Amino acid sequence: MLEIRGLAASINDKPILHGIDLTVPQGEVHAVMGPNGSGKSTLAYVLAGRAEYEVTAGGATFDGQDLLAMEPEARAAVGVFLAFQYPVELPGVGNANFLRTALNAQRRSRGEAELDAIQFLKLARGELRRLAMADDMLKRNVNVGFSGGEKKRNEILQMAILRPRMAILDETDSGLDIDALKVVAEGVNALRGPDFSALVITHYQRLLDHIVPDRVHVLAGGRILRSGGPELAHELEARGYAGLVAEAA
Amino acid sequence: MNAPSATGVQGFLARFEGLRARLPGAPVARLAAAETLRSVGFPGRRDEAWHYTNIRPIAEAEFHEPLTPLVDCAAMLARVPSVGTRLVFVDGRFREDLSDTAAGVTFEPFARRGAFGTLARPDRDPLTALNTMLAEDGAVITVPANTDGGTIELVSVATDAPGRATAFHPRHRISLSRNARLTLVEIALGKGTYLHNPVSEIEVADGAVLTHVRLQDESLSAYHLATLYTSIAAGGTYDSFTLVLGGRLARVEMHTELTGPGAIAHLNAAQLLTGVQHADITSVVRHAAPHGTSRQTVKNVLDGRSRGVFQGRIEVARHAQKTDGYQMNQALLLSPDAEINSKPELEIFADDVKCSHGATVGELDAEQLFYLRSRGIPDKEARAILVRAFLTEAIDTVTNEAARGMLERAVGGWWERQAA
Repeated sequence: MLEIRGLAASINDKPILHGIDLTVPQGEVHAVMGPNGSGKSTLAYVLAGRAEYEVTAGGATFDGQDLLAMEPEARAAVGVFLAFQYPVELPGVGNANFLRTALNAQRRSRGEAELDAIQFLKLARGELRRLAMADDMLKRNVNVGFSGGEKKRNEILQMAILRPRMAILDETDSGLDIDALKVVAEGVNALRGPDFSALVITHYQRLLDHIVPDRVHVLAGGRILRSGGPELAHELEARGYAGLVAEAA
Repeated sequence: MNAPSATGVQGFLARFEGLRARLPGAPVARLAAAETLRSVGFPGRRDEAWHYTNIRPIAEAEFHEPLTPLVDCAAMLARVPSVGTRLVFVDGRFREDLSDTAAGVTFEPFARRGAFGTLARPDRDPLTALNTMLAEDGAVITVPANTDGGTIELVSVATDAPGRATAFHPRHRISLSRNARLTLVEIALGKGTYLHNPVSEIEVADGAVLTHVRLQDESLSAYHLATLYTSIAAGGTYDSFTLVLGGRLARVEMHTELTGPGAIAHLNAAQLLTGVQHADITSVVRHAAPHGTSRQTVKNVLDGRSRGVFQGRIEVARHAQKTDGYQMNQALLLSPDAEINSKPELEIFADDVKCSHGATVGELDAEQLFYLRSRGIPDKEARAILVRAFLTEAIDTVTNEAARGMLERAVGGWWERQAA
């Protein structure tokens, strides 16, 4: 379970988050929606441990552990995964090697046996097939020369292989056509179960047609303005953010 | 044995006096080189070409004749992967007993005839003068016209002589005739303190292709000063890659001239330095004919208090129209005490050319590092992955698979030594 309490954060001394309270119980998928500049990506980065963001108040725990006190790699090892809004290109790093190194590093830190190259390839090919992706995805350098859609698919492939317990998707739907959007949704839906939670950050409601959330939270101006069921997403789509922000003010 | 007791140029001149009668070939060139050296001495920091690299430790040291005990060559050679027909030089001397018989090319040790080529410039370059004066042996390789000479592996091993620094000055001549092909893999390694001062004269005739892969993995207390003179005729290709890992003080100086239309030169390199290592890559590419292409990417990974130097000049003669020249120097500084000195220069006299150069210096990319760590890869391992990726991009330009594998393993070994 992810519990965020009174979380305030800033970057370069500029406050972005002003006290976020949010709980994602185990097994649930929550959506965070909000206009541009509302602090959605900051929330994702702070949870994943990006050093440039400074937490100025509050905290976040995952299964009772102080998430914010952990190094980024330790957060990954306990099962937190961030699908980046802008996946990073790694020239000279092969995708297969990258994924195996990551998986084995996580397994090592959990005291599990590492996978050899053959075991890993078997696992990776299985996930590729399930997500209807081409095998050459593994041979290419990480995200280098990938189209926007391919980069997002690669995030989902990583998620499928690393099998996190808490996935944070930072606008994974932005810039995707409907086919790629479905791949993303299938990737998340395939992992859904009692031991998987997700925080789906999005600007638009359309992703939530495919990943139906248990709860929807509206983030604006660095605060959660409203929380509700899936119907809140439809309300937002109909009324826009402006109406809701004005109403809350 | 009459060991010289003087240091620097005086020491080498004294050694020349003692050795003269035994050195191969006609003495004219050697006497002229000795005269040059006597009058100009070793280059100092006031010499523009040596502004960043101070060879005073060499000028002040006393070097001796290698005695080459018949020990531990096998152990050191076992470290070297075999990627082709092997020619082994121990302390600068050809060792037939450790070498393969070359097929498809003609090979003879320089010691047999002592014939110098015409490309080297002992009159201008003092270290080439030193080499010319004292060269005893080297590899003389000729590939006949329209022949594929396969892969030759030229290995230089320096043996340890505790308490006694040695010096050797091999002279190599590589000639590819018309439309010939050759892959030449050069590996230099050793133990202890020594000066390895090779000079290579490389001729690539019309349409010939020479792939030249160099691995400098000398002892960390060695001095390595290599000078290469290369001439590329019409439609010829000289495709070279140098990986620098070793040496306390090292420099490779490349003089490459594109003499015929449509010649191609690739002068890529990477340096991985740590501790107090100093390594210098200096190159002059001279486009003397039209439609030539030159490409040079030099990558530096500098840790500890190491210092990397890159000096690159591209010269384009007035009639060398349609020249396409590119030069890039990139450095990754892994420590606040590491330093890079980069001096790119363009000297263009033709008016219809495409020439560009650039240099970057930086630390590891914070975004890339975070991406790796967010996937569970620990910080130290993530840094190693990014550094190796930076080098992989350079090494990937080596198309010969066996040679590329050798370089990758050398980088891997370097990395393991750092982690240990």
